[in-house]
Order: sequence, then C-alpha cells, then structure tokens
Amino acid sequence: MNLHEYQAKALFADYGLAVPNNRVIANINEADAAMEQLGGQKWVIKAQVHAGGRGKAGGVKRVDNKKDAHTAIQSLLGSQLVTPQTDANGQPVNQILIEESCDIERELYLGAVIDRSLRRVVIMASTEGGMDIEKVADDTPEKILKIAINPMVGFQAFQGRQLGFALDLNANQMKQLNKLITQLSALFTAKDLSLVEINPLVVTQQGDLLCLDAKINVDDSAAYRHPELEKLRDISQEDEREVRAKEWDLNYIHLDGNIGCMVNGAGLAMATMDLIKLHGGNPANFLDVGGSATKERVAEAFKIILSDRNVKTVLVNIFGGIVRCDMIAEGIIGAVQEVGMTIPVVVRLEGNNAAKGRELLSQSGLSIIAAENLNAAAHKAVAAIGDKS
Amino acid sequence: MSVLINKNTRVICQGYTGKQGTYHSKQALAYGTKLVGGVTPGKGGQTHLDLPVFNTVKDAVNSTQAEASVIYVPAPFCQDAILEAVEAGIKLIVCITEGVPTQDMLVTNLIVNEAGARLIGPNCPGIITPGECKIGIMPGAIHQAGSVGIVSRSGTLTYEAVQQTTDIGLGQSTCIGIGGDPLPGTTFIDALALFEADPQTKSIIMVGEIGGTAEEEAAEFIQSNVSKPVVAYIAGVTAPKGKRMGHAGAIIAGGKGTAEEKFMALERAGVNTTKSPTELGRCLTQALA
Repeated sequence: MNLHEYQAKALFADYGLAVPNNRVIANINEADAAMEQLGGQKWVIKAQVHAGGRGKAGGVKRVDNKKDAHTAIQSLLGSQLVTPQTDANGQPVNQILIEESCDIERELYLGAVIDRSLRRVVIMASTEGGMDIEKVADDTPEKILKIAINPMVGFQAFQGRQLGFALDLNANQMKQLNKLITQLSALFTAKDLSLVEINPLVVTQQGDLLCLDAKINVDDSAAYRHPELEKLRDISQEDEREVRAKEWDLNYIHLDGNIGCMVNGAGLAMATMDLIKLHGGNPANFLDVGGSATKERVAEAFKIILSDRNVKTVLVNIFGGIVRCDMIAEGIIGAVQEVGMTIPVVVRLEGNNAAKGRELLSQSGLSIIAAENLNAAAHKAVAAIGDKS
Repeated sequence: MSVLINKNTRVICQGYTGKQGTYHSKQALAYGTKLVGGVTPGKGGQTHLDLPVFNTVKDAVNSTQAEASVIYVPAPFCQDAILEAVEAGIKLIVCITEGVPTQDMLVTNLIVNEAGARLIGPNCPGIITPGECKIGIMPGAIHQAGSVGIVSRSGTLTYEAVQQTTDIGLGQSTCIGIGGDPLPGTTFIDALALFEADPQTKSIIMVGEIGGTAEEEAAEFIQSNVSKPVVAYIAGVTAPKGKRMGHAGAIIAGGKGTAEEKFMALERAGVNTTKSPTELGRCLTQALA
C-alpha cells in the first residue's frame, strides 16, 4: 500500500525526522488559513497523488504570493495528474500539500528498501538527489552508495559515517544524518515498510538536513498488524475494480486487451497472459484467484472480469493444487447463471478433482468451451475472439 | 537418491488439526508420506487422522523423531511456527502459508541458517519426491518418479512443468517450490546446487518470474557450477510495468528484474530457454537429444 506524501511526512515527524512545516487541504477555501498558519510569503504547492515524477509533470509549484498560490491550487485540485510513473489517465488530485519554502544549498537522495539478494534492509544515498536519480543509477551506478542493515544489530554509526563522508557532509550534518537514518530504520521496522524514499533530502542554506519529499510503501502482508496505517488507504488512487477485487482477496490488475483471464497462482496467471500474447491475442486483465478460493470468490472474480466492457471472451485456467477444480466449476456455473453470460468461456481444469470439475461444467448446459491443456486453452480463447470480429 | 526428502523422511505437520492442515495431511498420507504426527497447541494428547497430536514441536520431535515439518498455520503465526521448529531441531521446514510479512523473514532466515536448518517457502507449494514423499499442496497424481529436478517460484507453474515431464516419460527426481515471496528460505541457487549434487537428477527445469534478481543470480551460478542441462522459463514477459512510487525499487534492481533481462542472463549462461510455458517438456527433450 502506498501513502501520500503528507501522510508519509506525518509519520516522519512522529519518528523525529525533520520535515518542512506543512498543511494539507482538500478545498480551495482552506488555502488562505493554511498559508497564514504557515506564515511567510513563499510556499510550495504539491499535488498529492500515488505516483512519482510529479515535479516534471507540473504537480509541484513554487509561489511567492497568495494569488499565485490560488491559481496553482485551482489548476491542480480536482485534476488528473499524468506523470511518467502513471498510466495515460493519470491519478486524481484530491488533496494539496502546502509547505513552507526553504532555501536549498544541495539536493541529496536517500532511500530504503528490502534488498532481495542481500536479504537485508538497504539504505541508499547519493549526492545526485533530485529529479533524475534513476538516470544517475543507470549511467553512474558508483554514485549510488549503499549500506545493508544487519537485522540482528540494526543500523550502526560507522555505516552512517561511511555515507556521511561520501556525501561530503560536515560534522554537524554527519550527526544529523546518523540520527535521521536511525529514526528512519526504526520507522521502517515498526511500520513494516517495504520502501521509503526521500528525494530530495536537502541541505538547507542554514546547513541542516531536511526531508523535502517523502514516499512510503507499506508491506500489504503486514497490514493486519497496522490498523492505524490501513486508515490511511486512499482508494481514490486505486483502480475501482482492483479495490473491489481486494475486498474479496483476489489479485486483479486491469489491462487493455479483450480476453478476460481467471487463473490460480500469480506465476500461472502471468504465464497465461504470455501465452495469449504468443497466440496473437491480448489479455484484458491479470487475475489470481489464489490458493484458498471459495465458490463465492470465484463467482465474484468472474463478475469483476465481466464488468470490463472490452472483454469478448474469458479464459479460465486452473491447475488445482490447494484449490479444488469442482469448487471452481461450481463458482463459474453460479456466476454465469447470475450475470447471464453471452460471451464464450474457455475453461481448462487440471489437477485436484479436475475430472469432477469438468463433469460439472459439461452437465451444466452452459456454452463452455473445454480445453485439454494450456496451449489449447490459449489457442481457443484467441480463436473465439477471431470468430466474433 | 533424491533431494532433501525420501520415503524414510519422518514428517510432522504444524497446524495439523486446522482445515488446510487436515486436508493436505490426508492427501500426504494417501500419497505415502511418512507423516508421524502433528502439532496443534492445546490439542496435545488427542489423535487426528490416526496420528498423535502434540502441544509443541519439541514434544512431537521427542516422541516421533521427526526430521521435517510442514507449516499450515495462518500468516501472522508463521514466524513463531518456523522458529519453534528450528528450536526443536527440525532440519527441513516447509512453510506453505502465503502472506507472511516480509520483515518477519529478515530475522527468521538468519536464525534458520544459523541452526543449519533449511526452510522452503513461505508462500510455496512445498517439496515432493515422486513415489516417496510429498510435503505440501501439490496434486500428487501428476508426478512420476524420474530424472528431472524441478525448481520454481510459482506453485501452479511448477505443476505445468511436472505434467510435461511426466508426459514425455522422464518424470521427476524431486520438485522444489521455493515460493514467490521476496525473501524465500531456499533460493534457486540452493536448489540448483542440490540437484547438481544428486546422482538421480539428470536434468533441471527452472521456472522463474519477473521481479527481483534471483534468476540472474541463478544464471551466474549455473554458468560456473552446474554441468547438467537446464531448461528455463520466465513468466511475465507481457506483464505491464504498472504504477510506481518513486525510484528506489528500480535503482536497487539496477536494470535487472524484467523477463527480457532474465531470459538474456540465462541464455548467456548456456541455459535452454523457452518463451512458452507449454514448451518446457519439448525444450527439455531437445536439450537432452
């Protein structure tokens, strides 16, 4: 789960990390009060969306009077912000962060992720903070400094010194960096985060470190022990069907094709999409019904797939291990009867209770195209589209 | 010979009397797995599926001399279950449960390694040596004793590979589902090393997927350490990049992690790759010809 910048900065502040004073607003009427509370004459207006690349997309604006602030806020609030990290529709801007402006001496980069190959939380830092950090990582990987935190002992001061010297910090800033990473590590662990990014981490003209941006990603698997974070979820930033799928413990991702897919297992779901492409078709979605699918969830999965008007045929591919094929068949039959299916459904059932599942489908009286294997299933699904057009 | 488990492996089940534990223990017993008991705290002393139930893994090990444990407890309790098994001296721990918080595995993996134990999973189908021992949720009937070692990140894709190797008559020595989580207990490299050392295994199928760099690391390992023919498929060529937050994920991956990158790394290492998950069997036949 992603957090908004303002939510991430509130968590930063809770853990003692230095962030600029700010106010978040959802309505232009709140703008003046927010600016007065912050004081000064210079503010930064920042669109709150779940995507990076806002700066380049015009989602961050510096203003030095209230009139310009109003213009900036009105142009952003209620709009869809398209950035290099969003799809073509962009993300809705429902909130604006107004922040006091600061005088920047240098822009650094600081990030924390779980590194799968090192099997550690890794802190990354660079002197090349700002908008083109990925290009820096590609072209000059030596400019990305990394330290790995041993989970048994946590972040150590020597690691902070390694980063601090490489970042060319003075003694006071070095102390601030050590404190900052200590607090960041505590936050990372306490809240089960999977990613934190501070880009830029600035050195102000006063010589202090300040977190000018904040991105946080929370491990969804740990959501059960963080009800306080679950409250921060903003479903307006997520695809409507994906949200509905999540309510039913289904993993659905909407795509642009016309062959709806229902598969058990993420790997097999991806492989099914690959195969549809190999046969010249286009998948309309990724959908993993998971290992512990019930009849009701299968039916719901079917309805979610069919709610996409582009879907012209559905391919069901189940290789039952933990999941029973007869139960899947019952779910399909129930859903097809309920929604009054008019498009072809190609079904491939294999594994646990597959024979019973196939028998249920063939006796259902529904027009279901049976496929004996995955290759045939993909071929038949693509062919079914061909027949339609 | 086989890898990690055989007909003599004494197995217990943690979460034995629960719905999943019961269902899959029945299947394991029917397959011939030497299941010797189970653990459900508070139900010690009872009998379930004609086998003794214990309150703790330690009690179970003391009474049954179990060497392996399969875990079906809910995700919030998996770290606890794994560590309990380690402490009781279990050497092979198979955690089927999906949805274990990633950070739980940071420390858990260290403790497992320190104890000289092996964890498979979490979020995996388990491990099977066909005709001898099945620990996990895979459908037993599609397997056949034979010569192909299969290692996969994806449960259901493992079954595809199994079915195809059964269909071409080669069968499997052992199949290891390492699971799809970011921090698996057993990695591709661990499994490849086991298969390379196992005389029964004559060839290897490796099924990977997008994300992380485990396949690229496996490719490097294969190049210098694996002499047996390897066939590989990577799922997710067509997966969309999706919405992203920030750059840290991309930076840590360093341009790796896409299906194309993984295919290329494997091909450079001399691995026979296929772009179709249905061609694994055929590709293997060609590689062995």
